[in-house]
Amino acid sequence: MFITRAAIVLLSMGAAAAAAPSQAETIQVSIDRLVYLPAEIEAKVGDEVEWINRDALVHTATVEGGADVLLPANKTGRLVLQEAGSFDYICRYHPNMKGRITVRP
Amino acid sequence: MTIKLTTAAAAIALLFSTGGALGNDKPTDPQIAHIAYTAGVLDVEAAKQAIATSKNKTVVEFAESMLRDHESVNKQALDLVKKLNVTPEDNDTSKSLSQAAEAKRQELAKLKGGEFDKAYIEHEVAYHKQVNGALETLLIPSAQNAELKSLLETGLKLFQGHQQHAEHVAAALK
Repeated sequence: MFITRAAIVLLSMGAAAAAAPSQAETIQVSIDRLVYLPAEIEAKVGDEVEWINRDALVHTATVEGGADVLLPANKTGRLVLQEAGSFDYICRYHPNMKGRITVRP
Repeated sequence: MTIKLTTAAAAIALLFSTGGALGNDKPTDPQIAHIAYTAGVLDVEAAKQAIATSKNKTVVEFAESMLRDHESVNKQALDLVKKLNVTPEDNDTSKSLSQAAEAKRQELAKLKGGEFDKAYIEHEVAYHKQVNGALETLLIPSAQNAELKSLLETGLKLFQGHQQHAEHVAAALK
């Protein structure tokens, strides 16, 4: 009886452990004096990027022909990554600001 | 036409070259603060003219971003000079910049539609290019105070961004 119960507990834990790796994460990128930090990040599909704009300037995180996240002065903006690939992004207002997100499946 | 369009830029280039309005002397921090602040104010005024005149969405959006950014940086500059107890000092470079900007404003006032858009954006490219050159070669190296130097360096990165933004808009107008 005792053994059976223990086996059930173990099974439950096993199921929980198997589900854990797919949990989405939030990756933070700060912006300080017109620089994305870190400039390059790696993530997986379903993860979220949070840009923390520490400048008193409005920025964006814009992928040409794709996502366009507005980042108001001293505020944050978020984006859920929905497809795998490597994406270069810039700030529309200051195109000398450059970043890259590599998204694994 | 191109020569006319770059009048202000040429004036800056002349002023910052050796033998210009500042002579061979390096500008002092109070003079640098005044020049940088004036350059920002003039671009804000140009942006206001563009917002009032242009009907092109991309041009108006560009002008709005110039207005927003230069006002923000100038606010930081004012906070800094107040903190440092520095009084910005008017000088020949600031005066010439203002005169060139007024001439440009009048020149642009005669233009409409696509002609205005093109002339305004081309001037923005040239203006930022020249101000960036002055920041790199004269204003930043001459600045004595570390905080002023740091603000000018951030300003340079920002204005380089503006120059690229203006170049993108100019390319889109062609």
